[in-house]
Amino acid sequence: MKTLVWVEHDGKAVKDATLAVVTAASKLGEVHLLVAGSGVDAVAKEAAQIAGVGKVHVADNAAFGHNLPENIAPLVADLMGSHDAFLAPATTTGKNIAPRVAALLDVMQISEILSVEGPKTFTRPIYAGNAIATVESSDAKLVLTVRGTAFEKAATSGGSGTVEAVSAGGDTGISSFVGAEIAKSERPELTSAKIIVSGGRALGSSEKYEEVIVPLADKLGAALGASRAAVDAGYVPNDYQVGQTGKIVAPQVYFAIGISGAIQHLAGMKDSKTIVAINKDEDAPIFQVADFGLVADLFNAVPELTGKI
Amino acid sequence: MKILVPVKRVLDYNVKPRVKSDGTGVDLANVKMSMNPFDEIGVEEAIRLKEKGIATEIIAVSVGPAKAQETLRTALAMGADRAILVQTDDAVEPLALAKIFKAIADAEQPGLVILGKQAIDDDNNQTGQMLAALTGWAQGTFASAVNVDGDSVNVTREVDGGLETVKLKLPAIVTTDLRLNEPRYASLPNIMKAKSKPLDTKSPADYGVDTAPRVKTVKVSEPPVRSAGVKVADVDELVAKLKALGVHS
Repeated sequence: MKTLVWVEHDGKAVKDATLAVVTAASKLGEVHLLVAGSGVDAVAKEAAQIAGVGKVHVADNAAFGHNLPENIAPLVADLMGSHDAFLAPATTTGKNIAPRVAALLDVMQISEILSVEGPKTFTRPIYAGNAIATVESSDAKLVLTVRGTAFEKAATSGGSGTVEAVSAGGDTGISSFVGAEIAKSERPELTSAKIIVSGGRALGSSEKYEEVIVPLADKLGAALGASRAAVDAGYVPNDYQVGQTGKIVAPQVYFAIGISGAIQHLAGMKDSKTIVAINKDEDAPIFQVADFGLVADLFNAVPELTGKI
Repeated sequence: MKILVPVKRVLDYNVKPRVKSDGTGVDLANVKMSMNPFDEIGVEEAIRLKEKGIATEIIAVSVGPAKAQETLRTALAMGADRAILVQTDDAVEPLALAKIFKAIADAEQPGLVILGKQAIDDDNNQTGQMLAALTGWAQGTFASAVNVDGDSVNVTREVDGGLETVKLKLPAIVTTDLRLNEPRYASLPNIMKAKSKPLDTKSPADYGVDTAPRVKTVKVSEPPVRSAGVKVADVDELVAKLKALGVHS
């Protein structure tokens, strides 16, 4: 089987989310990549180094500069004439593009796969991860999105893919990019961080989040996260949200501080290697999944932890 | 302009799903069902556009069993003008749903179709994007703000890392994210009024759409259970445990 993997990038470098998708694709067959964008030579060179990659299709065109699905989906559908499966990471970009590709190909997409069980059989979460479905496609081609935390990342070196330019496609003229507000930060990205420190509603304010959560994250070089309750209460921006409706994470260590552990939050972090919970309510559901639980007032315990760690 | 709002009847978001012991799916017998929360946000957004004088008519559509009428009545009570039930007892996949909505869009010629970004039962997150592909219209997914401006709409999208705004030519497809709005509750007089609003019943065959599934569910199982670890007595013990894992500054 020949697979085509969507390379997620920021115009300068390949994003980590791509690497897990390469691993998933390699379980199906030969791995080809698609790098689409504007001025993406460096990205294509980097992508060709990823272990196990055969060919890197590069579509360099201003129309592909902002991942507009109206322009990108026809390009992918065109390339799918010579591939059997299209795989994209289950990021907001992948989720935006892949179903548009699937419908153009008259294929029913399989979303957020957790494992490859056979050439057309996969597992995926349903009901916010409260059930796992094993599903089998009967379509001639496959369109899949891949949950990044469910697959190992492919090595970023050792590959020797051949780079090939694609001239197809252009601007459909029905959509355009206006602007973005992307938070700039020195911190690791939430979805690829080794350690995450998340705060919940118990913090009570954005000032307390800054005062209690941020110093611990600084000391550990950790990414910052939050529960939906903390985001909805306005303590932190929405891209901090960990959970079924936010980001799905699986770091080495996850600190849940003042987070009760609603189902929707657990769905986003329960695959973390080690979970540390600090909460003053000893009956909080978070303790049912925590490896290390500390029943304590977070306003005392967290600064103490920051001082001693 | 007209706005089309597809709505789905799903297991209420407050009910914990139980996997059936025979592994065929999630038990939906005698449990509370409600409108998919993301679709509720879609209905609310359409109503707000009507209140601003931008939309002229809101048509709610549901594909599902006879009981999906209740979901449509909820949409009508919130403020939709009329409803179409495409009745079927089969589970209809996003691709077939998108084909049905495409046929309805061809007939109704809406300026916007506003869908939930995903249904909270199958979590597919596909139907809006697929409908956009089939109609050839632009798509603004995971919307946190929708501003119609003449013959285009600006959609602010919740993306990894922050927000992004795109400008789409109308007609267009929008899918809602959680922070787009807070849906209203239907008032009792509006619930009464909704009972007499028009509700057409159709079938997928009326739109020439084959709903035979492309993806077979082999089995549905419980997710692996994570067992609780230990409670530590104090911060010192926690620090010791973390240091043993190699976690320190």
